[in-house]
Amino acid sequence: MKKRLFCLTTLLFSAVCLSACGSSSNGETLTVLNYGKYFDSDALKMFEEETGITVEYEEYESPEEMYTKYKAGSIDYDLLCTSDYMIEKLIDEGEVQKMDYTKIPEYKNIDQNIIDSSASFDPDHTYTLPYFYGTVGILYNTDEVDASEVDTWNVLWDSKYEGKIIMENSVRDCFLVPLKQLGYSLNTTNPDELDEALDMLLDQKPLIYAYFVDETGDEMAAGNASLAVVYSGEAAYAQSLSDKLEYSVPKEGSNLWIDSWFIPKTCKNTENAEKFLNFLCREDIAKMNFDYVYYATPNTAVYDNLDEETKNDTTIFPDKETLDNCEVYVSLDEEGTNLYNQLWKTLKSD
Amino acid sequence: MNRFKREFLTGPYIVWIIGFIVLPILMIVYYGVTDSSNSFTLANIIAIAEPIHMKALLLSLKLALVCTVICLLLSYPLAMILNSMKFKHQNFIVFIFVLPMWMNFMLRILAWQLLLSNNGILNTVLETLHLPQFQFLNTPSAVVFGMVYDFLPFMILPLYNSMSKISADVIDAARDLGANQLQVFIKIIMPLTISGVLSGIIMVFVPALTSFVISNLLGGGKVLLIGNVIEQEFMQNMDWHMGSGLSIVLMIFVIASMAFMNSHNKDGEGTAVW
Repeated sequence: MKKRLFCLTTLLFSAVCLSACGSSSNGETLTVLNYGKYFDSDALKMFEEETGITVEYEEYESPEEMYTKYKAGSIDYDLLCTSDYMIEKLIDEGEVQKMDYTKIPEYKNIDQNIIDSSASFDPDHTYTLPYFYGTVGILYNTDEVDASEVDTWNVLWDSKYEGKIIMENSVRDCFLVPLKQLGYSLNTTNPDELDEALDMLLDQKPLIYAYFVDETGDEMAAGNASLAVVYSGEAAYAQSLSDKLEYSVPKEGSNLWIDSWFIPKTCKNTENAEKFLNFLCREDIAKMNFDYVYYATPNTAVYDNLDEETKNDTTIFPDKETLDNCEVYVSLDEEGTNLYNQLWKTLKSD
Repeated sequence: MNRFKREFLTGPYIVWIIGFIVLPILMIVYYGVTDSSNSFTLANIIAIAEPIHMKALLLSLKLALVCTVICLLLSYPLAMILNSMKFKHQNFIVFIFVLPMWMNFMLRILAWQLLLSNNGILNTVLETLHLPQFQFLNTPSAVVFGMVYDFLPFMILPLYNSMSKISADVIDAARDLGANQLQVFIKIIMPLTISGVLSGIIMVFVPALTSFVISNLLGGGKVLLIGNVIEQEFMQNMDWHMGSGLSIVLMIFVIASMAFMNSHNKDGEGTAVW
């Protein structure tokens, strides 16, 4: 979900976009806001050449940053891509337009299973179009950890890995671990269940090397820790740096995250937005983006034509059994958010 | 130059000070004393009394204090040695100490992260020498280490400055009147450098108290300072009111420590914040 965002790449990328603007403009523009490094710039150029629409492409790093940017209201975005719980929050606030799927013929490529899973944040599936998805699991160093140990979150409480464990430095991804191990929902707002989870995390704290988000991949590749809780995307990135790393989603279950596109209220030209959505669902473009991003794609046309090795790579594509065990985040109400934040501060200040 | 012209020249600075200092502070105060429905409340400021926030504040004070004491203990003898050197050597040594400040301090802290990590350069060297490895990164000590490393020049420079102002005649006179080395130090050098010490303390203590980046990078998310709490309120919790309220409390601590130091600083050397 959150790939490393290198400023330089972004700069180069925006330079490419800007230079592309000059060539094929007929005055029509489309303003897109997406995660950093989440769309192949060549595909963007192709879209501009094919349609004559100029794309003003902007990037952000975290859903919270996106929310602040969007809410500031200084730019009218036509199309946005972000994560499940943040979309739900925006739908609740009435910021999202209904999507007319009949205008997006290539939508037929999208996997029905992922559409069904999206129901937790878009119940009637009228607002969103899934882009990439993945899980949260344990990335481990095969030199130090045996594969048989990591089928349970319990390994993260094993004192023999003292000072060798990295946890997620974001509240919900951190709490999902004890919640799932206790057999609770990762969307719980029950104070008793959350207190239990907090106690477990406090017990675990002395064993922790650090709480990281974006650094995790590099730290694991450098061998500074043996076990880490990560997004599957970050795991794939780390594996590309080191061949000693493996990824596993514990049997107690985990989080399934789905990043989706939606058309916000600020959209001026729905037709262009639909053209863009149709374009990115097309097999060749979805394949380009899959090769660029390397997260699990819900595009069945792309998936069916992949080689067996990639299809069976469970780091990228979680198997059916794992997915059934996973829950999608739903957005918390204000009370729930405050409770989580309070517990988070308690954990961190200990 | 006539009066009008002189006032005109201060224009850019006035614009700067209003736009980037006065307005932001007013906004922090506004957010700090209102809640999400924009009505007046002191809850955001009183929130500092919550055990979690208190813990973070006390830890910040403790680490900042330790950092200041270490900086002082390192800098004082160094400044004395510097002062006793020949003139051309002095400049070179001062240059060496100021040199790291030319580089972005975040980059230097990131470099320490690489040096100190479990498989970092330091532990690799220890391993080749068959010495026991140690885990230093991601502890409060590592955070203090980073602070000392970053803020040491701010202590050395005012100390060296005040020492170089002591005339050699004063010390010679003390010696003539029969003072021994220790007496010269206690009765002459220490009282005459106290203003430098106080400036140095402020210039180290204040940034150490308010820092959050160093604790993020060298604390591995395990060391929660009051600065980190404020950052979290702004960036993750999107509660600008709480973040501003806690910022006001932190500002009060900063101003109080400066006022305390200045009331003991008769000569008005260095900082002059009032």
